[in-house]
Amino acid sequence: MDYKSSDGYAGPRSEDILPASATAAVKVVIVGGFGVGKTTLVGSVSEIRPLTTEETMTQAGVGVDDLAGIEHKTETTVAMDFGRISINEQLVLYLFGTPGQERFWFLWNGLFEGALGAVVLLDTRRMEVSYDVIGRLEERGVPFVVAVNAFPGAPKYPMAELRTAMDLDDTVPMIDCDARDRSSCRDTLMALMRYLYSLTTVSTEPQ
Amino acid sequence: MSEPGHGTESGAEPPGNPDRLYILTGGETRTEAKTHLDLVTLVVSRAEPDPGLQPEHAAVVRMCDFPLSVAEISAYLELPVSTLTPLLTELLSRGKVEARPPVPAAALPDVQLLEAVMHGLQKL
Ligand SMILES: Nc1nc2c(ncn2[C@@H]2O[C@H](COP(=O)(O)OP(=O)(O)OP(=O)(O)O)[C@@H](O)[C@H]2O)c(=O)[nH]1
Ligand SMILES: [Mg+2]
Repeated sequence: MDYKSSDGYAGPRSEDILPASATAAVKVVIVGGFGVGKTTLVGSVSEIRPLTTEETMTQAGVGVDDLAGIEHKTETTVAMDFGRISINEQLVLYLFGTPGQERFWFLWNGLFEGALGAVVLLDTRRMEVSYDVIGRLEERGVPFVVAVNAFPGAPKYPMAELRTAMDLDDTVPMIDCDARDRSSCRDTLMALMRYLYSLTTVSTEPQ
Repeated sequence: MSEPGHGTESGAEPPGNPDRLYILTGGETRTEAKTHLDLVTLVVSRAEPDPGLQPEHAAVVRMCDFPLSVAEISAYLELPVSTLTPLLTELLSRGKVEARPPVPAAALPDVQLLEAVMHGLQKL
């Protein structure tokens, strides 16, 4: 139940309010194919009920139409689920779940800008989406870990085999994850942080 | 060194039709250093909502009594981020709200930041 003020606009429930001392936020992106468990993962660790934000992209027609002076636009709207974890009195972590299919990549510019890193949720029943996502993240230089969630009846592969199939670098962590389980999701986020930490310390080591 | 602020004035027009951009963003804000609004920029009110504000503007000011991210405001108002951003920019330029930018993006995150996040996650 949201708090509705007299103007009819909902706002945060009293328990969802951040302290006035919150000064800065960081974000992590959860990315994966359709129905892979993004929303479930966000909900498992979020201190607020997951919320939905919409992003629209308007693309003006280019090329011949412009020369003819004709304006035509296409608009795409995508909903993103997100949740929140207060790290301490000052720092807030936001988790955004975003679809991995290529047609949604237009969202990535704003989303990944400044993001600490990403969790790629891998569904062993449909690996192509994750394969494309991983390639794209590598291109953008976004650090990520791969979380494999086990669905009933999904084929079970050894991690090494998945790593080969995904063309994954040996250094990229892979973990089993049940998106419905809070501690499993926490461990997945931890794995990402430890990985980021390792990247930081490697790069600052004296040559 | 060239004179600051006159870099492109007399030069060739950069691509992307700047005149059009100028119109879209409103002439008066052009010279201000625009605050970039991220999805996780925290917005906090600086004033009470006053009766002169449009309903959506007033709702933002009321809602941001305590810090809220742009994403949360967008969710509560059910407005796409692209619609919300100009509204927030206007409130910012009128001093009704302040923006607390996210931890700045770096090629690699700061060790202390990561330690803080890990410590926070451990409590989950
Ligand atoms: N067994 C199992 N089921 C899961 C897991 N994660 C999610 N599910 C179930 O899979 C279904 C889809 O999960 P969602 O979290 O909605 O997936 P999503 O990625 O957000 O889906 P879209 O936003 O529609 O792309 C739900 O019924 C979940 O309960 C998991 O780790 N294990
Ligand atoms: Mg979802």
